[in-house]
Amino acid sequence: MTRVVLRRPGGVFGLAVLGLLVVGGVVSYWWTPFDPRAADPARAWLPPLREGHLLGTDRIGRDQFSQLLAGAGGTLVAAVASAAVAAVVGVALALAAVLAPRPLRASAVGLIDVLVAFPTLLLAMVLSAVYGSSLATVVAAIGIGFGVGVARVTRAELLSVLGSDYVLAARASGARTGRIVRRHLLPNVAPTLVVQLSLVMALAVLAEAALTYLGYGASPSSPSWGGMLHEQQAHLAARPLLVIWPGVAVAVTVLGCNLLGDALRDAGDPRAVAAR
Amino acid sequence: MSLLEVAGLTVRSGDRVLLDGLDFAVGAGERVGLVGGSGSGKSLTALALLGLLPAGMTVEGGVRLAGVDLLGRSDRELSAVRGSRIAMVFQEPRTALDPLMRVGRQIAWPLRAHRGMSRKAASAGAVELAAKVGLPDPERVVRAFPHQLSGGQRQRVGLAIALACRPALLVADEPTTALDTTVQAGVLRLLAGLVAEEGMALLFITHDLAVLAHMVRRVLVLGGGRLLEGGALADVLRAPAHPVTRELLALARAGAFRRREVAP
Repeated sequence: MTRVVLRRPGGVFGLAVLGLLVVGGVVSYWWTPFDPRAADPARAWLPPLREGHLLGTDRIGRDQFSQLLAGAGGTLVAAVASAAVAAVVGVALALAAVLAPRPLRASAVGLIDVLVAFPTLLLAMVLSAVYGSSLATVVAAIGIGFGVGVARVTRAELLSVLGSDYVLAARASGARTGRIVRRHLLPNVAPTLVVQLSLVMALAVLAEAALTYLGYGASPSSPSWGGMLHEQQAHLAARPLLVIWPGVAVAVTVLGCNLLGDALRDAGDPRAVAAR
Repeated sequence: MSLLEVAGLTVRSGDRVLLDGLDFAVGAGERVGLVGGSGSGKSLTALALLGLLPAGMTVEGGVRLAGVDLLGRSDRELSAVRGSRIAMVFQEPRTALDPLMRVGRQIAWPLRAHRGMSRKAASAGAVELAAKVGLPDPERVVRAFPHQLSGGQRQRVGLAIALACRPALLVADEPTTALDTTVQAGVLRLLAGLVAEEGMALLFITHDLAVLAHMVRRVLVLGGGRLLEGGALADVLRAPAHPVTRELLALARAGAFRRREVAP
């Protein structure tokens, strides 16, 4: 499976981006070129590559590269944890909507339809109003919000697998529901699920940046890409570069997640492996 | 007492009657053909026997296997019978195997579920079964995915799965309809041979009377969800009593004629 991912250019790119995020996030715990929080008004508005500041400094002289590095960890945690929450919520809801006894099944379908219509960012704001702004709140909101979207797609996929001949054949040779779910339903919806989750990771990076930008994410003192965007938007016209760094970081991460998702989907399907 | 006794089997979907009071029996080791046009209820009969009707259909009457009533049993009780006492071969080999599971594991599973075999013993059993159904290079075939096999090979895998636990009754639902004519003959010969060897009863479902000729002695004709006539295959072929039977016979003759025409 790894071999298949590595044979796709998109897969290599996605892995490289995620790898950089992991390395950046981990390294920034112990070391950054400068303290990302330390203000140094004497060195404000430095352009890139001046006095050791790789990407320059902002209005109060904080090193931009250090801030990007320190923000990578939060972004990564938000992306991975949101995708994990979305996977659990999505698969559980979809299975309930397909296999549960009739009244429960109907309410699961109803719940999916209602929650899909509820804006995820609004959910995040409500949650952080109640539980306070933190990365955990953001993750929960994004995970649940996008999880119902995953549930809706997964449910349709589950229904089509459930109606397939091979599930009927498995039942005809004595398989019960537990076996059908574990050995036939889940593996066969996995490719779609992986693509969905890679999309959730990408959207989570965006949403985390957006929520922090709006002030609902991690506290403003801890560096994050959304926070950088928020602080620098006021100076967008004068210092466009300072918005471009975190913007590009978000965009590249999102692209990497999407491409990795595509490669993983192909890797999960033996027919696609043979075809290329 | 026959192995399989079906009495007044009626299947409804809402107000529509899909199967209307079927009565028939299959003796132990007996081979019976169930013939009918499309929509006559052949496949539905097979699914009703295994308790696999789609949700929303209601079933009445009696299905007894070796004296034990199967209708109204829980899914748990039925799943112990499916694949071990009654097994089924499906029409479309392209879709009847899980595309993501190696065929060896699909063959081995009934052995593990019904015989309680270890993983290792079951995979050895799968290789044996693969050889038994005439798959070339069985050691290699069990490691293949379904898409790597031809239609005929996949149908042999389906047969191996069905035969794994030596069921008393094999239900074959149009097992060769989706195959090329040349491959058909091989699969039919294999099926007839294995059924005879194991002493299984066979319910062979088809729309093609010509295919039945070498497979069964007795035939039941199904039309519009009712049994129209039944009896020794030779008698039915010589003097079909029902217009539907005559039509099926004419179709089979036309098919045979066409086949002769194409042959060199």
